[in-house]
Amino acid sequence: MSSTYYTEDHEWITIEGDVATIGITDHAQEQLGDLVFVELPEVGNNVAKGDDAVVVESVKAASDVYSPVTGEVVEVNQAVSDDPTLVNSAAQSDGWFFKIRLSDKSELDGLLDEAGYQSTL
Amino acid sequence: MNKTPLYDLHVKHEAKFGPFAGYDMPLFYKTGIIGEHQHTRQSAGLFDISHMMLVSISGSDAVKAVSLLCPLNAGEIEPGNARYTFFLNNEAGIIDDLIVSRLGEERFLLVCNAGCATKDWEHINTRTNKYQVEISKLPLGLIALQGPDSQQVLEDAGLPVSSLNFMQITQLGGPRDGWLVSRAGYTGEDGFEIAVPEDGIAAFAEQLLADERVLPIGLGARDSLRLEAGLSLYGQDLSADITPMEAGLTWAIQKNLRSGGSYIGATAVEKKIAAKRKRKRVGLKPEGRAPVRAGAPIVDKSGNRVGTITSGGFGPSVEHPVALGLINVDADTDGLMAEVRSRQIPLQIASLPFTPHKYKR
Repeated sequence: MSSTYYTEDHEWITIEGDVATIGITDHAQEQLGDLVFVELPEVGNNVAKGDDAVVVESVKAASDVYSPVTGEVVEVNQAVSDDPTLVNSAAQSDGWFFKIRLSDKSELDGLLDEAGYQSTL
Repeated sequence: MNKTPLYDLHVKHEAKFGPFAGYDMPLFYKTGIIGEHQHTRQSAGLFDISHMMLVSISGSDAVKAVSLLCPLNAGEIEPGNARYTFFLNNEAGIIDDLIVSRLGEERFLLVCNAGCATKDWEHINTRTNKYQVEISKLPLGLIALQGPDSQQVLEDAGLPVSSLNFMQITQLGGPRDGWLVSRAGYTGEDGFEIAVPEDGIAAFAEQLLADERVLPIGLGARDSLRLEAGLSLYGQDLSADITPMEAGLTWAIQKNLRSGGSYIGATAVEKKIAAKRKRKRVGLKPEGRAPVRAGAPIVDKSGNRVGTITSGGFGPSVEHPVALGLINVDADTDGLMAEVRSRQIPLQIASLPFTPHKYKR
């Protein structure tokens, strides 16, 4: 059983057990336009909630993606590194960025559900 | 926020907007920046550049006024021809870069950058107040049609443009009285800029967009196209602190005006050419896939700061990151690096343009 949360910064977080998969929303990729480069964190790194964890570069500009939760990076999506346009075509599925082992599940309480996120757009 | 006469058209074509020089401008449309960029290089792209300032200078002293404002002999420009030039300050720094067209014996058109409009307008008016000239902003919208299919698209739309060569301009007549068409642009491609009265420009733009060879193109692709073409952008690659010699634009100063000229900035130009420049503009190819952006420091292989990236992004046609930088002339260019987010990205000097120009001469 998995559940998905969102942030006001246009990230989505899917939880399975104590591992969270993180990416950006379809709305976010639409605003960014065609991506040409994605810089992912390194597996094994510890990131704190609010740290800039990923840099996405469109043709025109660079944007930071902040980690919505604290934990250890356990996997990154090499496919988006190889083909950043995967984020444009499948932001909320195959275009995920990284997986993190949650160190504090209570951080999820502060996140939005889908309806809450949609209401911020 | 200002809106151009084509604002409603951009909304209709589902543009993503962003602020630029005080205008709410289209950044990209449904096609996306990369697709728009490639379409322009392969077929024809329509750009709204109505935010630019069109100034008419006419009257018995028009030649003198333009020859004072810009480093050129305006009297030697044949009517119907245009030149790339600049306004300089007294230290030879660039106030703005612009296109001057001679429309008649005593009439010139200046197309200035939107971001410089206020200071340019003041500069033009205060520096020419002793001359018999009439200076006005033209109430025209401006679009650019760029790419290999541009000529045929315009001919099919009834505009007689095939006889124009690069940097030539013509005034239309009949039902299109008051329209101006020049064979120019800022993409490196063959193309045209068309000035149309504000109340008629939307209908004309829609007519062009109804042609299947034409797509609307936003500022995002305008930037990647001009960067690949090695063309400088005012406010990034050019500024009041940068001279034409440093910017690699000495070619745009007529040879016989590089010393002994009497235009604004002439004394400083002569002095700075004789003293040799300290910095120079270079094309740079960053290693790998990560774009290097304007403002990133450039260091040499020993880590000494030797310059700054002035423009940088991804080049969709060359399929790698591209950049322009300003570096010290005596810097060792072997092993240059750009500092990006605490990482160093190796830079190779690249000859400009990154993509060949396709102007019709």
